[in-house]
Amino acid sequence: MSTEPPTQVQTAPGVEEEALRQALASTARPPRASAASAALTFGWRGMLKVRHVPEQLLDVTITPVMFVLMFTYLFGGAIAGSTGDYLDYILPGILVMSVLFTTVYSGVSLNTDVTRGVVDRFRSLPIWRPAPLVGALLGDSVRYLVAGTVIIVLGMILGYRPSNGIPGVAAALGMVVLFAFALSWVFTVLGLLMRAPNAVMNAGFMGIFPLTFLSNVFVDPDTLPSALEAFVNVNPISILADVSRGLMDGTASAGDIAIVLGTAAALTLVFAPLTTHLYRTRS
Amino acid sequence: MNATDSTLAIEASSLQKTFGDTQAVSGVDLAVRRGSVYGMLGPNGAGKTTTIRMLATLLRPDGGEARVLGHDIVAEADEVRAAVSLTGQLASVDEDLTGRENLILIGRLLGLKRGDAKARATELLDAFGLAEASGRLVKNYSGGMRRRLDIAASIVVTPELMFLDEPTTGLDPRSRNQVWDIIRQFAAQGTTILLCTQYLDEADRLADGIAVIDHGKVIAEGTPAQLKVSVGGSTLHIRLLDAEQREEAAGVLARVLGSECHMESDPSSLSTSCADPDRAAAAVGELTRAGIGVANFSLGQPSLDEVFLALTGRPAEDQTAEEAIQEEQAA
Repeated sequence: MSTEPPTQVQTAPGVEEEALRQALASTARPPRASAASAALTFGWRGMLKVRHVPEQLLDVTITPVMFVLMFTYLFGGAIAGSTGDYLDYILPGILVMSVLFTTVYSGVSLNTDVTRGVVDRFRSLPIWRPAPLVGALLGDSVRYLVAGTVIIVLGMILGYRPSNGIPGVAAALGMVVLFAFALSWVFTVLGLLMRAPNAVMNAGFMGIFPLTFLSNVFVDPDTLPSALEAFVNVNPISILADVSRGLMDGTASAGDIAIVLGTAAALTLVFAPLTTHLYRTRS
Repeated sequence: MNATDSTLAIEASSLQKTFGDTQAVSGVDLAVRRGSVYGMLGPNGAGKTTTIRMLATLLRPDGGEARVLGHDIVAEADEVRAAVSLTGQLASVDEDLTGRENLILIGRLLGLKRGDAKARATELLDAFGLAEASGRLVKNYSGGMRRRLDIAASIVVTPELMFLDEPTTGLDPRSRNQVWDIIRQFAAQGTTILLCTQYLDEADRLADGIAVIDHGKVIAEGTPAQLKVSVGGSTLHIRLLDAEQREEAAGVLARVLGSECHMESDPSSLSTSCADPDRAAAAVGELTRAGIGVANFSLGQPSLDEVFLALTGRPAEDQTAEEAIQEEQAA
């Protein structure tokens, strides 16, 4: 015999009625979180993800480690005469490459994020609008630091001894991470425009891969045909690699540093607002 | 709509939204009283989610206007966000974090201090029966747990108004009951709730007022009772122990309920329309008193299909799957 179930059902198990009533009791609304605090909270979220899935750091580290070993020992003798000399030339460049490759993942993870419901919640919170994006990139910057540090430590183990010592290395790493933060905004735009994480990955590497190889990271541009040499010399990645080398061995030019900082500022000024706009108007 | 009625939590007039060629919402008017639970009922792709997303400031309307708690949803979006919370159709929680981390994250973003955010997370996890699972990643939660966490995340700081978009779709009956209990508690505390649902019984159990939405428009509005009257009430099905007594039983029912009986193909079964469960019970009692043995009886609620059939002259399924998909993709 079936009748309509009674409208007032017993509180289902698992939900504590009294505790629920208390939890629902009106709480005072705290003052709005500051822009910095909201962004840092999102950075903390990025860190937590790394803590739960530390394997994701492998992506970031294995490729550059392979590149250092392969290029130093396979091509080093042929390109620079000895593996030791080539390591001195290539290590600051690979630092640039490994950190910049990592920036593509910022776009990939943002793309993964926006396909999930959690972004709806973030967008419905009364917070500084770019906070989720700035925060995610702050979190990613920690990954950039890890990627960079791995390369430098590996270089040291293989015998790389920069003349400016630890301060020079730290300055170079800082400069590269700063530039990477700015470049990430390009990939977050890509992440918001493309449909799938894989597409972002492919498009991202299709851009960053040739740009890195057509720079002075691996070879001295003097040996290149003149048209290519001209391109390589104005490629911002070449200039960043020069600055990285210069800071490590004490020959950095103020002009190059200014160009790197200017490019970083320009990338941020164009692509950060574009990312924010796309993020908030995404339906 | 210049004058703001302070007794209204939501007032919308001719809200519109178009995605490409599809007009998802084509002129929705709503007036939701403060402290009430208001149901938006409609099939997939009717425009419910799009309407809720506009009201929650996630989507900008193409036309019309709306005020939520007295604030314009476009010009004063931040004020709206500060007073409402949204539980979306996809659970709006971060799968890659634990339940506790999710709640602390939202607490911090809403401006709670670290210690307060942690204490509030513990309180909510206990209240929602999630204390044991608090350290597990949300991707390993069941659908019901995820939903409860989602709702908990919506009340880290008590909202004045909650948007609940199909909060029980895909849940088993037990989890559905849990969510209903939670919603009833909110309502008892005086929180205004806008509830989207595909289920008539859900709207019936929870909502004080219902708007039926179809093709991006409100096609009927009223209390659940009014709506059911418009559908023609429920149907009482009876199966008798003895098929011989069917004519007699029809006579008794006609006398008690005053409605015509339908003889079903099963020779011992008959049915009749009946809006009121009390009178149905009385009618069954009369049968027993008259010495007619009842093997089985049930009072069927009008389904969403019946509501749609009554209101539009076609079943809800007529809403093409294609339209539903288009809206989903656009969203």
